[in-house]
Amino acid sequence: MTDVIVPKVAGGAYAPVHEEHGPTGLMKWITTTDHKVIGMSYMITAVALFYIAGLLALGIRVQLTTPHGTFISFQQYNELFTMHGSIMMYLFAGPFAFGGLANYIVPLQVGAPDMAFPRLNALSYWLYLGGSIMMLMGFGVAGGSADFGWVAYAPLSTSTYTPGLGEDLWIMALVLTGFSAIFTGVNLVATIFYLRAPGMTMFRMPIFTWNMLVTGILILIAFPVLTAALVMLFCDRHFGTKIYSVTGCHTTAGIVDVHACGSAVLWQNLFWFFGHPEVYILALPFFGIATEIFPVFSRKPVFGYKGMVFATMSIAALSTGVWAHHMFTTGTVLLPFFSLMSLLIAVPTGIKFFNWIGTMWRGQLVYTTPMLMSIGFLFAFLMGGVTGVMLASPPIDFFVHTTYFVVAHFHQVLFGTAVFAGFAGFYYWYPKMFGRMLNDRLGRVHFVLLFVGFWVTFIPQYVLGLHGMPRRVASYPTGLGWQSWNIASTIGAFMIAFSFVVLLVNVWVSWRYPVPAGDNPWDAHTLEWFTTSPPPHHNYTHLPQIRSERPTWDYNHPDAPTIRHGRSQGPPNGHGPYTGGDGGPPGHGNGSAGVARGVPAT
Amino acid sequence: MKVESTFLLGIATFFGIIAICYWFTSYEDGGTTMLVGVTALGFLPGTYYYFWHRRFRGHKYFFWGRTDRVVGTRPEDRDDATIQDGAGVINSFPGSSVWPFVFGGGAFTLLLAFVFGVWLAAVGISLIVTALVGVTAESRRGGNH
Repeated sequence: MTDVIVPKVAGGAYAPVHEEHGPTGLMKWITTTDHKVIGMSYMITAVALFYIAGLLALGIRVQLTTPHGTFISFQQYNELFTMHGSIMMYLFAGPFAFGGLANYIVPLQVGAPDMAFPRLNALSYWLYLGGSIMMLMGFGVAGGSADFGWVAYAPLSTSTYTPGLGEDLWIMALVLTGFSAIFTGVNLVATIFYLRAPGMTMFRMPIFTWNMLVTGILILIAFPVLTAALVMLFCDRHFGTKIYSVTGCHTTAGIVDVHACGSAVLWQNLFWFFGHPEVYILALPFFGIATEIFPVFSRKPVFGYKGMVFATMSIAALSTGVWAHHMFTTGTVLLPFFSLMSLLIAVPTGIKFFNWIGTMWRGQLVYTTPMLMSIGFLFAFLMGGVTGVMLASPPIDFFVHTTYFVVAHFHQVLFGTAVFAGFAGFYYWYPKMFGRMLNDRLGRVHFVLLFVGFWVTFIPQYVLGLHGMPRRVASYPTGLGWQSWNIASTIGAFMIAFSFVVLLVNVWVSWRYPVPAGDNPWDAHTLEWFTTSPPPHHNYTHLPQIRSERPTWDYNHPDAPTIRHGRSQGPPNGHGPYTGGDGGPPGHGNGSAGVARGVPAT
Repeated sequence: MKVESTFLLGIATFFGIIAICYWFTSYEDGGTTMLVGVTALGFLPGTYYYFWHRRFRGHKYFFWGRTDRVVGTRPEDRDDATIQDGAGVINSFPGSSVWPFVFGGGAFTLLLAFVFGVWLAAVGISLIVTALVGVTAESRRGGNH
């Protein structure tokens, strides 16, 4: 155990950096409890799984290039789309955000030396890695991997229809990753509630941290339900319970005995009570990333800070009351209630869009790769969001349910968030994590290929959906005009794949020919840019006084007018008049390396 | 503590109202149970934080009474707090530890036992027990630095 004392105030004498004297090499990665190393482990694992799931998607697209494709068998096709969805949803998007980026960034942003429970944090990672390996093991067992779709609807997922080992491995893998997510959620909430630096009030926290707090609460709401539902599904498959199973509940006279019969719709209720908040568990962190990036590269404070916070809370709250809009066509749910709740989510999301645009409005925009990716996120998520509003209307949903329209909708939502905003965060924080820059020109090439590929892939899928092409089919009839749209979609998918080859090249270039980043290469606002890149063990040797939600900016630009929320407390760091309120003029800073640390804050 | 407790109690209030609306419009058990669960998830820690918020301000009970000793708010809850106000030890953080890895391996093996055979459970449980003993001993000893 190491007692960590509060860092000294910036400008004072340096406190000695506490060096970790733990193991080195591989043992360092295995035994670490440092949130930064764990966060990086999470990110490396998640991105590796993202590439694997991307390859599976290419397999799907190649199969659909011709109406009666023979690239893979129908069984393999089922396995491919199941594992593509499962890996992307459960093992990439969520863990990359709340296990990787949040683990690394949140303690830095609130001025904490580590997460609240470092060993639990390490355990979360090992459970996640174990779950990931277990799910992939499905490809190696007899009968192949799980093939019931990432939603595992009963009764298809009961042992009568999918008796294989791959399905059992899938269920157990999600139990492991479910516990991992719950532990991370507890850790995030406890860190934010208890380990903030002095003066870092709740309404001075960066929006990313706010979003991660709300995401942490959503994890605690959603994941226990999924884990419990999966355990019950496993009991149905192997221990003879009848919770979802509907086989064998007829009496000898052929009458259905309701007391001996499970409810297949119960699975859908439980699954989507997890599944819809899960969509926002995957979206809110990425909203937070974009909200960090827009102000920095517009040279302005974020527009409507409190509006952003309350919009995040509203989205999260509403998202937990809309689960059955995935079940409109079952005929067992209350259409007006779930339709209204779903449509209401558009309001706080719209507020966020206005605030993002307001942040950029009349700012001095700097089109670096993170900024381009974030703007790409705006377009992609807007399209996905608008079609989401359409799908919240039951008459439209009845028409396009289980077609490619839905596939295109949720890919635009999740691609917009997890890929555009996710990799915006990757480009943005990479200098902080590794102390070296990624090449901006290669980053732009990555963005352009990704952006064009994205639309070429998914716009044809909307058309296919409206023409009636069902999802989860490995072949389709000729003569309906579907093939040309499918070919277009496949070309787009390969463009996206190529863009991620460019990313690999970029990372390789940054390792082979490092360009030092400095502490604050973007002239950014929030606390994580105050410490060194990469940060020392326990993060901070000294901290600036925290007087607004932009402490690093205040420290580096003592004469700049600032904007604060809540009560006025006089000028930041004792510099300059408090002008407050009007957002501050644009045009400060030029993106050059930040002020050297240790400069006295006189 | 006030914002934290308000945040959690807000969750409880919202989902309490939604649970009531949902029950009386649908009479559906599963969804209502889960919404009541979410209400409790906000209510329990929310009241805990509210209790401590009141105690810091010197209130003896939830809504009435005042004692002389006022602790005040934490430095991280005050707009005007300086870094010096938080001087002292933040917390004790563990150094490197192999036991989360061992526990994770044990959990992995234990769940594999449900798929491949009970014999794996012996390995899994052994690893988990070893890790629990190990982490407890490590904490008592003071751990690695």
